[in-house]
Amino acid sequence: MVETARPTPTETVAPAMTVPRREPRGYSVRTLPGFAAMAIFTFVGLYAPILILVTYSFNAGSSLAIWEGFSLRWYYQAAANEAVQDAAIRSLYLAFCAASIATVAATMAALATTRTRRFPGKTMIYSLINQPLMIPEIVTAVALLIVFAAIKVWTGHTSMIYLIAAHTAFCVPFAYLPIRARLETMDTTLETAAQDLYASRWLTFRRVTLPLMWPGIVAGLMLAFVISLDDVVITEFVKSAGQETIPTYMLGQLRRVVTPEVNAISTVILMAGVILVALFFRLTSRRR
Amino acid sequence: MTSQTAHAEPSDATDTDTDTAAIAVDVDRVSKIFRGETEVRALDDVSVGIRKNEFFTLLGPSGCGKTTLLRLIAGFEPPTMGAIRLGTRDISRLPPNQRPINTVFQNYALFPHMSVAQNIAFGLEMLGKPKAEVQRTVDEMLHLVRMEELKNRRTSEISGGQQQRVALARALAPHPEVLLLDEPLSALDLKLRKDMQIELKRLQHETGITFIFVTHDQEEALTMSDRVAVMSAGKILQVGRPRDVYERPAERFVANFIGESNFLDATLSGGTVELAAGGRFEVRVPEGVRDGAVSVLVRPEHATVHSGEPGEGEIAATAENVVYSGEATVVHLRLATGEAIKIRLANAPQGGEAPPRTGGAAAIRIAPGAVTVLRD
Repeated sequence: MVETARPTPTETVAPAMTVPRREPRGYSVRTLPGFAAMAIFTFVGLYAPILILVTYSFNAGSSLAIWEGFSLRWYYQAAANEAVQDAAIRSLYLAFCAASIATVAATMAALATTRTRRFPGKTMIYSLINQPLMIPEIVTAVALLIVFAAIKVWTGHTSMIYLIAAHTAFCVPFAYLPIRARLETMDTTLETAAQDLYASRWLTFRRVTLPLMWPGIVAGLMLAFVISLDDVVITEFVKSAGQETIPTYMLGQLRRVVTPEVNAISTVILMAGVILVALFFRLTSRRR
Repeated sequence: MTSQTAHAEPSDATDTDTDTAAIAVDVDRVSKIFRGETEVRALDDVSVGIRKNEFFTLLGPSGCGKTTLLRLIAGFEPPTMGAIRLGTRDISRLPPNQRPINTVFQNYALFPHMSVAQNIAFGLEMLGKPKAEVQRTVDEMLHLVRMEELKNRRTSEISGGQQQRVALARALAPHPEVLLLDEPLSALDLKLRKDMQIELKRLQHETGITFIFVTHDQEEALTMSDRVAVMSAGKILQVGRPRDVYERPAERFVANFIGESNFLDATLSGGTVELAAGGRFEVRVPEGVRDGAVSVLVRPEHATVHSGEPGEGEIAATAENVVYSGEATVVHLRLATGEAIKIRLANAPQGGEAPPRTGGAAAIRIAPGAVTVLRD
C-alpha cells in the first residue's frame, strides 16, 4: 500500500480490514478442549513408528535401536539379495496379473449393476461382489488352502495360477468400488444422446461410456494393485514352496535375524504405495 | 405474430389431420404404461399427425406426458400400445440409432470429453460419412449457430447459451427428418431465452426440418409454433394454430392453461347462448355439446367496461377492484348473478375514457365473437 498524507475514503477502509475480525461463535470441533492434544497424539501414534522404520533403513550399523550414521548400505544389500529380487519380481507379476483380471471383471460387474434396469436380486449381487470385504481374510485363506491343496494333489500342478486366482478374488471389490462410483456419477443422458446420434450399443460404449469411466478404471486398477502387493495372510496360506512374495519373504526374515534390510524393503514398498494411492485420489477427486 | 407473416404455408391450408401426404410423424393411438410399484398411464390413447416442415409444440404442465411422447418418438422407450410412423413407415420398434430423428436434450447432454467441433461431428461419424463431408458439415453447422470461434473449446468451457447452440448444431448436423426439443430453453435466463426463441425459428425456417418442441411455457408455445397440442394427464386435449387454441379453446383446462380466462354460466339453444347475467351471443357450437346449461369463456381483453348504467347489449356490473399496470388496466367486476369477471383495458395515451372507479356501477360490453362455448 502506498502511504499518502490524506487518506482517501478507500484507504480508510483498508486498514480496518487488517484488524483481526472476531469469528462468529458457531460450533467447531477446533474449539473443543483437548482437541490439539488429541490430534497430536493421534498423528504421533500413526506416523512415529513409520518414521522410525524409515529412519533406521538408512542406519550404517546393523541395529534397529542404535543409530550409527547415515548409509544406503541396506538398500544396496536388499537390491543385491537374490531372494529379495526373486520375491519382488513375483510380487509385481502377481499384482499385475491379479489387478488386471480383477479390473476387467470389476468393470463388467460395475456396468451390469449400474447400466441395467432394476432386476430382482440386484442388492444381493452387490453384496456378493463385495463379499471379500466382509469375510475375514483368514477364513478365505483357510478355505482356499483346503480347496487348492486338494486340486494340487489331484493334478500335481503347482504354478502361480493359485496365487493369481486368490489375489484376483479379493482384488475385485477394490477395483469395483471406484469404477461403480464413477459410473453412478456419470449422466446416463450422454449414452442416450450417443444412441440418438446413430451410435450402436458398442460404439456408444467405446466412444462415450468407456472414455468417461476411464479414470475410474485406472483408479480401480491401482487400488487393486496396491492391495495385491500388500497381502500376507492369503498369500502365506495359498503359496506353494518357493513362491515367496515380498511380504511373505519379510515375514520369513523376521523369524530369524532382523536387520535394517527389512526396513529398506518396507520403505520402498511404502513409497510405491504412497505414489499409487496419491495418483488414485487425484484420479477420483478430479471433477471430470 | 411473427410466425404467421414469415411463411403462410401448411398451417393455413387445412385444419384437419386427414392430409396424410404431408404428415411427417404419425402418432397412432399410442399408450404408454410404466409398470413399477404402481401402474402409471403416462400416455392414454394419443393420436396426432405432425406435418412436414412444421414447428409443432407439445404444451402442458409437468407430468402431462409431453416428454414421454417425445421419448417415444425418439425411440428411447417403446410404446405399450399403438404405433408411431415416420411418413408411412412404422418405426415403433426401431432403436433410436436407426431413426432419422435427433434430439436436443433439456440438459444438452454434450459429451464432456470432446470439443465443440467433435460433439457436432459425432452423429455424422456414426453414420459413416466421409471425413471431408464431416468436416464441411461441421463448419456449416458452426456457422449456422454462430460458434466458429469456439470450435476447439471443451464443452465445459463455454456458457449455457453457447452449450445450447452446440446441442442444436449437433442434433441438426446429420440433417434429421425430425428434430425433437425437450424444454431446451428452460435452463436459460429470460433475455437469452427470448434470443434463442428467435434463433430457433430462424433455424427451423433455414433447415426446413420438422421441429417437435416440448414446453410448459404457454407464451413460448404461442410465439414459436405453427401448431400447438395442449396435453393434460396423458391425453391431447386440443391441437391447433396458436390463435385457434387461444381464442377457441375446446375445454376449460385449455382455456385456463393458456392465457387468462373468465368462465361464465350460460344457456345454449341452437347456435345462440344467453348468459345468466344477460346478453345473447351467436356462437360456434363445438362437437358433442348439446343445448342446455353450458360454460362459456370470455378473454379479459375481449370485453370493455365503462362506468354508468348499461346501454343496449351491455351487462350491468359493479367494479370491485381496479388495477393499473402500465400498458393496461385490469378491472375486477361482480355481475348481478354473483359471478366474478375481469376485464383488461388497454391504456390510451392520454386520458381517454376513464375506467370505472372501485365500488362504482359499470357496464360491460363483450365483443361479438368473443364468447366461446367450452366442452367440459
